[in-house]
Parts: sequence; C-alpha cells; structure tokens
Amino acid sequence: MFDQVIERFRNVAPRAEFWSLRMVSSRQEYIEVRQDVLQPVTTARDIGVMITVIHRGGFGYAATSNLTESGLKAAASQACAWAERSRKIGILDFSTITMPAPTGEYRSPIRIPWQSVPLPERIDRAVSECARLKTDDHIVDWETSLWFTEEDHLFLTSTGGESLQHFELLTPGMSVTANEGSETVSRSFGGFDLGRQGGWEVLEEIAFADQPPVLTEEVIELLAAPNCPTGSMNLLLDASQMYLQIHESIGHPLELDRILGDERNYAGTSFVTPEMLGTYRYGSDLLNITFDPTIRDEFASYAYDDDGSKAEKECIIRNGILERGLGGITSQARLGLPGVANSRACSWNRPPIDRMANLNLEPGVSSFEDMVAAVEQGVYMKSNNSWSIDDSRNKFQFGCEYGRVIRDGQLAEVVKKPNYKGISATFWRNLEMTGNQDTFFVMGTPHCGKGEPNQAIRVGHATPACLFSNVDIFGGE
Amino acid sequence: MEAYFNTLADALTCKLTGEEVLTLNFGGEASDFVRFNQSSIRQAGSVRDSSISLDLILGACHAKGHTSLTGDQSEDLSRLTALLADVREMLPCLPEDPHLLYATEVQSTTQSGENRLPEAGTAVDSILTAGAGLDLVGVYASGEISHGFANSLGQRNWFSSHTFNLDWSLYHETDKAVKCGYAGFDWGQEQFEVKMAAAAAQLQVIKRSPRTIPPGKYWVYMAPAAVCDYLGMLNWDGFGLKSHRTKQTSLLKMIEVGTRLSPVVTLCENTRDGVAANFQNAGFLKPDTVSLIDQGQHRNCLISPRSAKEYGVATNGAGAGEGAESLEMKAGSIPQREILARLDTGIYINNIWYLNYSDRPAGRITGMTRFACFWVENGEIIAPLNVMRFDETIFHAFGENLIGLTEEREMLLDPETYDGRSTSSSRVPGALIEDFNFNL
Repeated sequence: MFDQVIERFRNVAPRAEFWSLRMVSSRQEYIEVRQDVLQPVTTARDIGVMITVIHRGGFGYAATSNLTESGLKAAASQACAWAERSRKIGILDFSTITMPAPTGEYRSPIRIPWQSVPLPERIDRAVSECARLKTDDHIVDWETSLWFTEEDHLFLTSTGGESLQHFELLTPGMSVTANEGSETVSRSFGGFDLGRQGGWEVLEEIAFADQPPVLTEEVIELLAAPNCPTGSMNLLLDASQMYLQIHESIGHPLELDRILGDERNYAGTSFVTPEMLGTYRYGSDLLNITFDPTIRDEFASYAYDDDGSKAEKECIIRNGILERGLGGITSQARLGLPGVANSRACSWNRPPIDRMANLNLEPGVSSFEDMVAAVEQGVYMKSNNSWSIDDSRNKFQFGCEYGRVIRDGQLAEVVKKPNYKGISATFWRNLEMTGNQDTFFVMGTPHCGKGEPNQAIRVGHATPACLFSNVDIFGGE
Repeated sequence: MEAYFNTLADALTCKLTGEEVLTLNFGGEASDFVRFNQSSIRQAGSVRDSSISLDLILGACHAKGHTSLTGDQSEDLSRLTALLADVREMLPCLPEDPHLLYATEVQSTTQSGENRLPEAGTAVDSILTAGAGLDLVGVYASGEISHGFANSLGQRNWFSSHTFNLDWSLYHETDKAVKCGYAGFDWGQEQFEVKMAAAAAQLQVIKRSPRTIPPGKYWVYMAPAAVCDYLGMLNWDGFGLKSHRTKQTSLLKMIEVGTRLSPVVTLCENTRDGVAANFQNAGFLKPDTVSLIDQGQHRNCLISPRSAKEYGVATNGAGAGEGAESLEMKAGSIPQREILARLDTGIYINNIWYLNYSDRPAGRITGMTRFACFWVENGEIIAPLNVMRFDETIFHAFGENLIGLTEEREMLLDPETYDGRSTSSSRVPGALIEDFNFNL
C-alpha cells in the first residue's frame, strides 16, 4: 500500500517551498475477558496520510483517509490553502525553519511476534489468567486484557527525506475489585500504565502470570484495611506511581509548546519559564531526568519524531538542575533554545506537537529495604488510581490503590485509599533517596492527552522507587 | 455519505453466508481546525476521516472488525470484504457470548442537518479581528460529522450535522484568563461579538491584583460550565448499570445506603433536545429521555445492550461506555441576577479543571479552579483568585450543602475532539453551594 500511495502522491505533490507526507498504517487487536466471559474480540485497521505544506512563511496541513490520487490531490490543495491563508497571520514565519530530511529505519525489537502465537492461544492466555482472579466471594469484578498494536510510519519530504519506522506494542492489563457494603477497593496491574514495545515476550518480561495471587490477596487486605493516616510524613513511591508523578509534574511542565503558551486554552501552561533552563533547581541532587528514545522496549522509543528530527538521548535535569526543555524543531526555533526530537502526533489525523516521549528518572543506589529502613513515619504507596494537577503544573493530588504504613524503619499495616498532595516546585526538592536498578521498572501509558484538536498519545516512563520527605498524606472519607 | 454507506452495507450483506448476521457502524468527519495563540494562527488544517466498524454474528458467537475508508467504492469494498473474511476466520476460535444483544426489530431513522456553516476563512477572520490587541488562545473546529448504523436485517440509521465549535480564552498574564465558548450550526457575528465583549469586560477584572486564600470551606457559586464538568464526572463509572452492579459507581452510597442528593437535583439523559444521534451502535434507538436522578433520588441507570443481557434488564439505548451524551439538569429558582448577593462572601467559579475521583465509593471528586474565578465579598467581585484545589463529595456539594440552582441554564456543546469531534452536550444551571472544601 505504501508504494502505491507514494506513487500517487508524487503525481500530485504540491508546489511549495517544503512539503512532507506522513503516512501511518496501524493494526490493532483487543482481547478482554471480564468475569471469565470473553468480550468481543476486535481487530482494527486504520491507514491515512497527513500532508504538511510550508510556503512563503505559512504552514498548513491536511489529513485524509482517502488514499486515491484524487483524495491525495484534494488534501495537498487544502494544505496549500491553509498555508496561504495563515502566512501573514501565523505565530511565526515557518519558512525560517530548516525542516529535517531524515533517511533511515527503525523497528521495534521483537522476540516472539504477536502473530506467531495462534489466536486461540492468545485468547486462552487472557482467559486462563482471568480465571485465577475470582478467589473470594467479596470479589465482584475481575478482568484481563491484551491490547496489541502494530504501526508503520512512512515519512517523506520534498527535500529528499524518507524514513520508515515499524512499531509493535503490547499493553496488557489485569484488575480485581472487591466490595463490602458501601466500600469498594481495586487492585490492578498494567491496563493503562504498562505498555511496552515488543511482542508476546512482554508478558514474560513483566511477570504477568505472577500477578493474580498478588492482586487477589492485596484486594482482600485492602477491604479490611484502615483508612490511610493523615499527616505530613515520608512517602515511598513504587514505580507504578512514580511514572505518573514524573509525567504530570516534570514531563508536562517542560513541554516547550506549553511554555510558549500554545496549550493555555486546554492542557494549560507551565510554572517553568525559558529563563529557568540551565539554572533552575528543579529537585534535589538525586534528581536526574533523561529523554531517552533508545531503551529497546520502552513505549515511546523511535528513531525519528514526526517532523523528521533524529531522536537522541538528552539529559533534561542533571543533579536537580534543569538543563533542557522538551520541544521539537518548531518550538526550538520559536524560543531559540535547544530541545529534543519530540514533535509527535497520535496518528495520521492529527498534526505533530510537542509531546513527552520516553522520560525517565535515572536509578540511584538505594535498595527498597534501605529506603524503608530510613523512614520513621511514612507511607509506601503503589499503583496509581487518581491524578489531578493545576494548569500551571504545580498543585497536584494523586491517589493510589494500595498503601502500607512505614513505622520505625519497618513496613507495617496495609492502608486503603492512600492519597497525597503537593506542589511540584517544592516536591522534587524533597527527594531523599532514589532506588537502585532492582526497583527500576519500565512503565508506559497509551493515554497522554493534549492538543487542540485533542490527541491521546503513548509515552514511556522508566523509574525506580523513590523516597520523599514532608509530604501531605491523607486517606478517603 | 449516507447513500455511500448504504451501498457498502447492501454489498456486504450480500457476502454473508448461512445464518450470519452483520451490524455496521459508520463514523466520519470532514473538519477544519484552526488553532490560535497570541491572536495569531498557530496551526491550521483539515481532517477527512471515515471508517466502518462491523460485528459479524453467528448464533451467539461474534467478533468485531474496524477499517478506515477511502471513499473509493472499489477500494473500500475490497477492504471491507477482506476484513469480513478475517473476522469470519476468527469465529470458530470463539466461545458463545452470553452477553450478546443486538437490535432485531428494524427501526430505521435518518437525521441530516443542513450545512449553514460559514467558509472557514470567514470565521477565522472574524475571530482574529475580534482578538486584535488581545491574547486570544484556542481552537475553531467546524465541519460535518456523520454516524450511521446498518444491519443485515434491513435497518438503516443515519445522523449528520454541520457544526462549529469555537473554544477560546483571553489571557491577561501567566494563568489569569477568561474562558469562552461559542458553538452551534449558524455563525452569528453579532452573537459572537456579544460573547467577546463580555469576555473582554471580565478580563478587566482579571487584571486586578489576585487574591490567595487559605484552604478551608467556602461558599461558592459554580457557573454552568463548572457544574457541567463536575457532574460530567458521573459519566465515568457513575450512571452506568455495570458500574452499579459491580459496586464501582461513584453513586454507591445512593444504592447501598439510600443517600440522596438535594431535592432540587433532577438529572436526565435528554436525547430529544441534544445534538447527538438517536441510535447506538448495536442498533437500538435511544428513548427521548431517561430519568437518572429525580428530586435527589436515584431513578435509572444508563444501560447498554451488553449490560442489559448480563443483568437481565432492558437496554435504554446507552452506548458501551454507559455515559450520558445529552445530560440535562432541571433549572432551579434563583435568578442569575441575585447570585452575587446570595453568595455574599465566597468564590465565584466560572471554570474547574482536571477532575478525578479521590475516593470513588464516597463520590469524592478533586480538581482545580481555573480561568476566571473570583473572590467575592459582600456581594461584590473583588479580585481574581489564585488557583485552588478542591476535594469534595457530590453528596455534600449537590446534597446537603446545595443552597440552590439558577433559573437560567446554558446549553454547552462539548468541544472534545479525541476520537473525532464530539456530539455530546449538557444543559445545566449554575449552583450555589455552601461549605465547599478546598484543600490546597
């Protein structure tokens, strides 16, 4: 299909200073089992293109699922019309940007291709793991899911660029819910935070089969557990919560297009200003954050972003000091500052904007036991179930599924509905210990939302467990 | 497009064998999106997107497929035929689905809206002219939205509308701004200018020195946009039957211990007066209205066909997500002109942001104030408020602590565009609430 479309497009390519054609073809399969009932298995295919034109300073795009020559011609014409219409009233003169012309390929690392496992076996895996979840009469809902995606991205430019990237991704999930009266608690694994690149082997790598006994035991513990205590105390966060803390209070505030004000009507702005880059103390000396598109199985690894910039690992925060923002070629040009290759779109039908991709907290040297032992009074939390932050990315509040009190250096009683709140600008400066490689886990969510028009995109966050001091912790009603 | 969809549906129906049954859902849009920042164009473009989802059913076994469309009949039939074959190949691997339910009574409908939209450039020019000298940020979306349903039993349903949705804010500095919305089928220049003028007037208040208040409980007035967002949380495991039967609903206290909301709270799903299609994707037509909460008491859940089959009740036209698409709240008795006086001292909340459940079984919702929220003293707006986090249960806010609702309501068309342009809407009043909890 790609060759056909390229040939058709070359017949109708716009006459402009610069054009690009970005084609995305995806295949998805969704297998879900709920209460031991297989839900309708779904296979989905989607293919379309976005044509982008830069001409005489103006910028325009047109996306279409009509891949006939006439459809491509119409899209090219629309993109040109928007470029013309916007050229004197645009936010910048786009002709001043030298757009990349990438040449190269990328392929997700796959050990066991999804399609090499027969469908009955894929279904059976979901069914058999689900069957291990109903272990108690208090359990009222239980489910497993396997969401597989395969994507091919072709990118052509009028300047000779041609890149082809192939992605295979798996997002597995499992959850169990227990109830007694007006109290309901849940425990989950994956579902929306454990996406990785890879095939069938991902299930083994994340120890999917080990989770049912853990989740079923913990959900019953939670049902009988007391409410999380309230107070300012130490907070030990598992990777299954750390990923979202990083996402919301480091990733988003550092997106350069937010700093430039593009998102102020929707996703918001940032407490970070351009002057802070290079000097601002974002966190303690232990805070080292990298933009890393090279980790083999992380969700948002790639060779080129959707404007064609080559993706390379960059240090964003080093020993607590903010070095660099997260912005692609357009934002870099607007600010006159370096960024990273993170101009990305969720699919062919949305234009690229600055999106965090893989944003990781580098591991430290402390074992989990070391971090527990360092706590006089605190709470250990894992598995996010609630997230909220203000539009400048400062005042946040998170909730987790599972907590355990830490008292005098020992893990103590399980507590339910653990929540905490804070302010980004001070929270990271209270980072006291970072976990070692043993606590490090590669997380990834497919549902980061932003942009006008809106788009939800996958991001990766690899992180160890971390210990914070003086955090406001509280429980449920 | 309707005729095209029907042609594809007819052709695919001919490819069925034996006792196979087929349902098809069409989704399409032809939209323009113009994004603004600093009263300039940030990104402008168009999206033409159409696709079909199918469900191939044989007895109680079925599987689903989805493919994008080109608009070329030969190519699309080829894709759909291949998809049908792939889905057919899956069926022998699949067990019977005990919760399968699809419409078998043929009820065909068609709703086609007229295109009265301005040319995109005309609206953009108006917006930029009005925004001159101001810092205008937002997005103008316009175009045709289409949905269709067909099955091999002969049912055909079609919905199309031509709408625009301008969602924008006027900024003073940092996070201080006024949020506005203008949406509909006809661009009214005068109407738009009235909204801009009102926003510009509020912007003058935003420019006053902001006030920071300590956490605590305050009287608040929530304007309709804020009420829409707060109650909109109930679309996330609130109204749906599945969430009720699995005890995961945020209204759990209503069903377990009979907790009620305020007697002035009456909520319904009002498809008749909304702007969404009147059919759902298994072919069931939606009733004109579904009473959800009546005078503070829980009445009905939104019931999808799957939940209906699972729990042995009748479906009421809800989609798979069992959320309201045309939420309506009954008006109250407080005239809008009396709100400031009745509020006396407290917070006037125009917008809220980033809501989430902090304790779902208790109906506790956290979120932030955003945009034009004001500190009020003795019935007068004094200053804009620096952002505050709230964490409050629906049973307090719209229960014992609800003072009243306004006589006037606003019809709000959802500007969301994640999986395509939304056709959801809410018609809600404003709400005066005492002791609303702010925790940060």
